[in-house]
Amino acid sequence: MNLSMKWLADFTDVSDVNVKDYCDRMTDTGSKVEGFEIMGDAFSGIVCGKILKIERHPEADRLVVCSVDVGAEAPLQVVTAATNVFEGAFVPVCTDGAKLPDGTKIKKGKLRGVVSEGMFCSIEELELTTHDMPGAIEDGILILQHCGIDNPTLGADIKDVLEMRDTVVEFEITPNRPDCLSVIGLARESAVSFDRELSLHEPVVKEAGDGDSIANYLKVDIANAELCPRYTAKVVKNVKIAPSPLWLRMRLRAAGVRPINNIVDITNYVMLEYGQPMHAFDYSCLDGSHIIVRNAADGENFKSLDDKDHTLDSTMLVIADEKKAVALAGVMGGANSEILDTTKTVVFESANFKGSNVRISGKKLGMRTESSARFEKGLDAENTYGALLRACELVQMLGAGDVVDGIIDEYPGKLEVKKIPLEVERINAFLGVELSREFMVDTLTKLDFKIDGDIISVPSYRADVMEMADIAEEVVRIYGYNKIPSTAFKAAADQGGRKPHQQYELDMKYALCGMGMFEIETFSFISPKFYDKLGWAEDHPMRRSIVISNPLGEDTSVMRTTAVPSMLEVLSYNNSVKNKNVRLYEMATVYLPKAEGELPAEPKRLVIGMYDDDFKGGKCFYKMKGYIEALMATSGICGVEYEAYSEDVTYHPGRCAKITKDGEILGVFGEIHPAVCETYGFSFPVYVADLNFDVMTALRSVEKQFVPLPKYPALERDFAFVCDEDLEAGKIASVMKKAGGKAVESVRLFDIYRGPQIGENKKSVAFSVMLRAADRTMTDEEADTAAKKIMKALGEEFGIVLRS
Amino acid sequence: MKELLQKIKAEALEAIAAPEADLEEIRVKYLGKKGELTQVLRGMGKLTPEERPVVGALANTVRAEIESAIEERSAEVKAAARAAALKAEKLDVTVPGEEFPVGHFHPLDSVQKQMEEIFIGMGFQIAEGPEVEKSYYNFEALNTPADHPARDIQDTFYITEDILLRSQTSPVQIHVMEEKQPPIRVISPGRVYRADEVDATHSPLFHQCEGIVVDKGITMGDLKGTLEAFAKQMFGSKTRLRFRPHHFPFTEPSAEVDISCFVCGGEGCRVCKGEGWIEILGAGMVHPNVLRNCGIDPEVYSGFAFGMGIERIVMAKYNITDMRLLYENDVRFLKQF
Repeated sequence: MNLSMKWLADFTDVSDVNVKDYCDRMTDTGSKVEGFEIMGDAFSGIVCGKILKIERHPEADRLVVCSVDVGAEAPLQVVTAATNVFEGAFVPVCTDGAKLPDGTKIKKGKLRGVVSEGMFCSIEELELTTHDMPGAIEDGILILQHCGIDNPTLGADIKDVLEMRDTVVEFEITPNRPDCLSVIGLARESAVSFDRELSLHEPVVKEAGDGDSIANYLKVDIANAELCPRYTAKVVKNVKIAPSPLWLRMRLRAAGVRPINNIVDITNYVMLEYGQPMHAFDYSCLDGSHIIVRNAADGENFKSLDDKDHTLDSTMLVIADEKKAVALAGVMGGANSEILDTTKTVVFESANFKGSNVRISGKKLGMRTESSARFEKGLDAENTYGALLRACELVQMLGAGDVVDGIIDEYPGKLEVKKIPLEVERINAFLGVELSREFMVDTLTKLDFKIDGDIISVPSYRADVMEMADIAEEVVRIYGYNKIPSTAFKAAADQGGRKPHQQYELDMKYALCGMGMFEIETFSFISPKFYDKLGWAEDHPMRRSIVISNPLGEDTSVMRTTAVPSMLEVLSYNNSVKNKNVRLYEMATVYLPKAEGELPAEPKRLVIGMYDDDFKGGKCFYKMKGYIEALMATSGICGVEYEAYSEDVTYHPGRCAKITKDGEILGVFGEIHPAVCETYGFSFPVYVADLNFDVMTALRSVEKQFVPLPKYPALERDFAFVCDEDLEAGKIASVMKKAGGKAVESVRLFDIYRGPQIGENKKSVAFSVMLRAADRTMTDEEADTAAKKIMKALGEEFGIVLRS
Repeated sequence: MKELLQKIKAEALEAIAAPEADLEEIRVKYLGKKGELTQVLRGMGKLTPEERPVVGALANTVRAEIESAIEERSAEVKAAARAAALKAEKLDVTVPGEEFPVGHFHPLDSVQKQMEEIFIGMGFQIAEGPEVEKSYYNFEALNTPADHPARDIQDTFYITEDILLRSQTSPVQIHVMEEKQPPIRVISPGRVYRADEVDATHSPLFHQCEGIVVDKGITMGDLKGTLEAFAKQMFGSKTRLRFRPHHFPFTEPSAEVDISCFVCGGEGCRVCKGEGWIEILGAGMVHPNVLRNCGIDPEVYSGFAFGMGIERIVMAKYNITDMRLLYENDVRFLKQF
């Protein structure tokens, strides 16, 4: 809402307040100011002049030399190329040192050898349009008498001549206060904020009194009283369509509304002043002298004022005559009844419509107007009457027509006055202040609340005020939020802190960062194409995602069921900007649909992604596995098993492992399939681990128990042998462990060697086994016996013979 | 014989002192089983009983002298060798250390964690809730019925008519209040979704941290005190707060809260766009309808709630001018936090 301070002055006087202070105080009392603009501040030094004489330029055919009276002792000489100037024309003149809105400074100079002491201005150079200045032309000098300014003071500042001086304050009005989308509403707030008098104006309408009556013109029926609680109308005849006077145009301009003609301008003026949107129809376009406020028919066609065609449905409310809709209630009038230069009789409508209906209709049709923006917040039905009278008063003031006697006022939806008890102590306790009853009563009274004993009557336009908390806000916003003393709340017994699972997540993040990984944050919604990039088949069960019905675009249209593609995108981005040896992780929520109508499951995944220059021979696989093992160890998750896993198409079938504990799946990790890598622009392998963080959280060991340190020394026995390439080290180790029995403390693989002397499809592996007895020093003989058992088992299970 | 011993001694000492002396060889040559001194001592039998103790004593003295000379010399050699080795082993301490990767929290998480710690210190717990949420929890329960104009301000992503992506983390507060009667003291940080196109200051997904306190006798002064304590810890002890009346459907009275600019202290600078203040929070007293919706009696209990956008704070704190950087996850960016 743009408020003209000149307009505000009609209702309350804050002229002594500096505009910055005005803005600050208004913001403090609840009417947030976004900024202010001093109109015409962008230019200066432009005065009103009269062209006395025009002579040809001696050197240039296209230029003329004008002698201009600017109220000074001697006339100025101005050289111009303009063709619409004439002797006797009143024009805006830039004098020496004048500044234009684009920053240009006008200086006395010579044009083709002739001295020019100034420059004439067009409307553009005064930041005006032909709407603001009907009669002016766009590509020529502004001729004031063409715009109805016949006798201006020569030498006067053009801002005064054009009545431009004003300051416009831009308010951001919250949706609960549609009453403040008006000059009167803001005047009331201003008066209370600065403790000033508020003088509202009662419109005075002199009706024609010629025996004619509105009953001769119009009958109104409201078919849907729920959507139209009130409909008031008056008729104006003998209408003379003309431009509005300069002062009115300038006020509309300050408010950001384009002047059109007197009748349309009056509706806009009243809307801005009262906050009540109005509409004017050409009476001659109404069929049957009958206005019916009814729901549209499904499929009913309607062409709005802006010449757009709409198809309506039965939820929408229209203003219709007996044959057709002439307006979409509260949103926009119809092209079929538009005010034209030929209009002779006008119906002014000032009605109240249900906000939500206006909002939904406007949204469905893609229409939002100054009118609908007000209606949709819920307006006061009491306001229609005064606004209508004000419009008629303006009609008379402007000489735009004769007001026909009588008024139509259909008011099926009158509301009772809301009453709320005044609870002084409760309000003080709620706010943490000690305000007097007098202050509360005084403040509320100024805000138009009526107080009778302990009962507050709420003004009809304050639908937002329902109970004590609302009254408390009214009082405290005027008192000042910043004056409330800051206190500490009384803490009850329960303790703050992280829950154990939240602490675990934080611990894991620290561990991951300690391993050199960077945390990433990616969007939860992805493109369904991301599933294609993973190589998933059309019928892959994980493709079933939560789908956003109104996404911004395909890229963010489904909620991810996996965070792996998000990780691959980020890895790919980092590779594209040549970041080397990247290690990333994300604690990523994924969204797994359940039954129709149910909320999805939102499990948390820990996704780790990496690539490295040093990747030969699957080296990165073991780096990644090392990270995972370290995380499991830190979490106290023991007995984790890793098994080759070739069923996930996203991964290299020979370089992927499933991680389980006691059959429960902790996750999958491995090298990303070369085909998938290619789609992400990688020419080298990339590794990803996709861990089920909820399972990790469940399996972590919370209670730690001390295990006594060994008292007796251990013996070590090394085993080196050649076996088939396909035989997994993990299998060998578990056979060794089992065969060695209780004496085996650990089995550690310390070397794998492949080479020509070993043979094709063979490898040489070396294990070190630690043997220890808990209750005594183990003897060499005992260790040898265990070693023999191990060798025997290796021979039996795998046919392995120890390398000598 | 005495002369011989003296000669051996002189020769041995000379040999020991020689720069290239092989001390072990010298020891064998003079003191070994077949060494010169031993040979001399073997010939002691030929001496008279009177001479024997004298020569014997002399021979022992010579032996001791040679031994000690060898020992001395040997220590010298060792020390010289150590010194040479130390000299040779000198390192250039200005050569960079071995690269050791250190990871970082994402700036959003790092700031979120910081907020969590501050509120935990004030006795808050952290509550979590679903991101795909029932419309009731995102709107109706928060006093924003279907025809409420505020429903338009927040352009919400819908899954079905009554399931949506939460546009605020406040639904978590409703879950908490439904589960438990006061005292309630929780914050709910997390992801929220609004239909804003991605640009330098907007993202369809962002993070919020909201908080709520409900108990008997909670006042608006408590709200101010709590947020002041938070802001001073988060942005520095000199931080001042400014409360401006505002409107939210779920609080009454409602406020927007500005903090004095932590860069210029309120004088006006690039970060605060010359205002001296940075808008950072929305807050207010929990609307009685919200309490009623959760089965909490507003005649008995009152509460305050607040919420802030984490992206906004991260961007202001680190002077980041483009929000997209936060979701691009360029390691060169992440390294800086």
